[in-house]
Amino acid sequence: MSETGKQRGAAIDLSAVSKAYGSFRALDDISLHVEPGEFMTLLGPSGSGKTTTLNVIAGFTEVTSGSLQVGGRSVVGVPAHKRNIGVVFQHYALFPHMTVGRNVAYPLSLRGIAKTEREARVKRALDMVRMADFAHRYPSELSGGQQQRVALARAIVFDPPLLLMDEPLGALDKKLREWLQLEIKRIHRELGTTFVYVTHDQEEALVLSDRIAVFNRGKIEQVGTGRDLYDAPATLFVGRFIGDSTVLRGQSRGDGSSTALDIAGETVTAPHKHAGGSPPVMLLRPEKLAIRRPGLDRRDGDNRLSGTISEAIYLGSGSKYEVRLRDGSTAIVRSTLTDESFAIGDAVDLCFRGEDAKLLADDSTADTSLT
Amino acid sequence: MTMHPLTRVLLGLACILVGLWLVAPTLVVVPMSFNENKSLAFPPQGFSWQWYQNFATNPEWSTSFFNSLKVATVVAILATVLGTLAAFGLDRMRARPAGLLRMLLLTPMVVPGVVLAIGIYAVYLDARLVGTMTGFVLAHTILALPFVLIAVQASLEVFDKRLETAAASLGAGRIATFRTVTLPLIAPGILSGLLFAFVTSFDEIIVSLFITSPYMKTLPVQIFTSITRDADPTVAAVGTILLCATTILIGGGLLLLGRDRRSSL
Repeated sequence: MSETGKQRGAAIDLSAVSKAYGSFRALDDISLHVEPGEFMTLLGPSGSGKTTTLNVIAGFTEVTSGSLQVGGRSVVGVPAHKRNIGVVFQHYALFPHMTVGRNVAYPLSLRGIAKTEREARVKRALDMVRMADFAHRYPSELSGGQQQRVALARAIVFDPPLLLMDEPLGALDKKLREWLQLEIKRIHRELGTTFVYVTHDQEEALVLSDRIAVFNRGKIEQVGTGRDLYDAPATLFVGRFIGDSTVLRGQSRGDGSSTALDIAGETVTAPHKHAGGSPPVMLLRPEKLAIRRPGLDRRDGDNRLSGTISEAIYLGSGSKYEVRLRDGSTAIVRSTLTDESFAIGDAVDLCFRGEDAKLLADDSTADTSLT
Repeated sequence: MTMHPLTRVLLGLACILVGLWLVAPTLVVVPMSFNENKSLAFPPQGFSWQWYQNFATNPEWSTSFFNSLKVATVVAILATVLGTLAAFGLDRMRARPAGLLRMLLLTPMVVPGVVLAIGIYAVYLDARLVGTMTGFVLAHTILALPFVLIAVQASLEVFDKRLETAAASLGAGRIATFRTVTLPLIAPGILSGLLFAFVTSFDEIIVSLFITSPYMKTLPVQIFTSITRDADPTVAAVGTILLCATTILIGGGLLLLGRDRRSSL
């Protein structure tokens, strides 16, 4: 791997990695490339294989087949303690019999680093997570957020080229989580280390990541920036997992250049051709749908569906509506304050432009794994 | 919770009675050890230190005391090492075989002491281990092992194994992880196992009576032979010394455990 002087992160290459537990395939032929210094998030529901992937990279779990390179060297068969990879766990995993200072000094002592340098590096790491005043405390005397910051300091103090984080904020409350997300982002920027971050929280993934790999049932559905995943989901699962969405299902008709769906007597068309075997569905983001009083002959886009407001949520910056369509499915619409407001039970029309609808293969697994 | 004053008084009385019943036989020994006459009568007459002097100067007593000390020390170390290793092995095994093995290792606690003693004696006759230091150490280790196993297993159950994973990620190999993380955190369990093993061996009498010889007696055997031969109040003096020693030992161990638990939570 060619590394420039400034770049301190290691690249990761997983190629055709599988992990089987008996007949259960926790990882099914995963391939993923992470750039040096990148912030990559592994996102997916529980049991989707994201944590297994992290454990494979860390060396806690051996792969059944496939190759794994970190910083250009194969690490298959290398035990965890020889990989020089920092790991932050959801449950902090601080050593309860050591002070904060000794916890952070632990990886340095193991590497035989002399006392004066050790102390300087411990202080630097604790400064970076703003915990320098707590060096003499025991972990039991700290709050969850403080403990996780100490765990972070311990994982970066030995300058690993790669830092893995397994739902590190999962046990913390929302306010603290949002603040620590920004702290983690700052630390990533300052260190230049490659970060691989596991979460099931798509908002957290969007806030933190350069790129996101979406996991489902032991496979990667799509890898891309948050914008890629939101604007151009490759599968229905990704479209539904990232952000709010409305999925339209119906009898489909297609000619060479466009696809039409017949939904309980109403027809919508999108100017794309659907490729692929399974029947197409249309996926629409809430801001691409306009909500109007019925009968008003004002065209917002070329498609129109009628429905009834089933839920109205005031968000401050605007409102979010759930609209029950004629076929019984639910559409999600976001409107700004300047728009008209509606009440539950109001009959409305939903309008959208055909080019804003994403045509995706109807992947019925997407429904069962999202609950 | 509120309690009727009368209930409270009755409960207190009952507790005191049960407590007295439990410790009285032990405490009777103390005044008897200061008896002026060579008798084990209670209440004792007069006051003298002569039985303590006898314990210190009479070679029969001091030799058996040092025999017990030696045996118990070796047993404590041996049983602690073996019991800790066994506890680790069982902890990392699949549940079912581990359960069976555990039961097997705990049998010395369940099997009647006399039965065990007969078996050991029969084997020792052939192996020429009767009346030897090795014989005592081996027999007592069998008896002490379950105590260590139970104590270490209890502390392994509350030990968070994820800390070992964390240590590995920080660069610690298996041995370093054990030395710096696992061992310090389960040390209270090992230490209490060590104390129990020591005490088990030190006051073991049933098996010891079978495998003893005139040349190799432990303190409990000496006490037993002495009291069956004549009413020597030295027995009471030894009892008092043992009472004080074990109280200090076990009390200290419990204090240590309590302090450790508080700091680790």
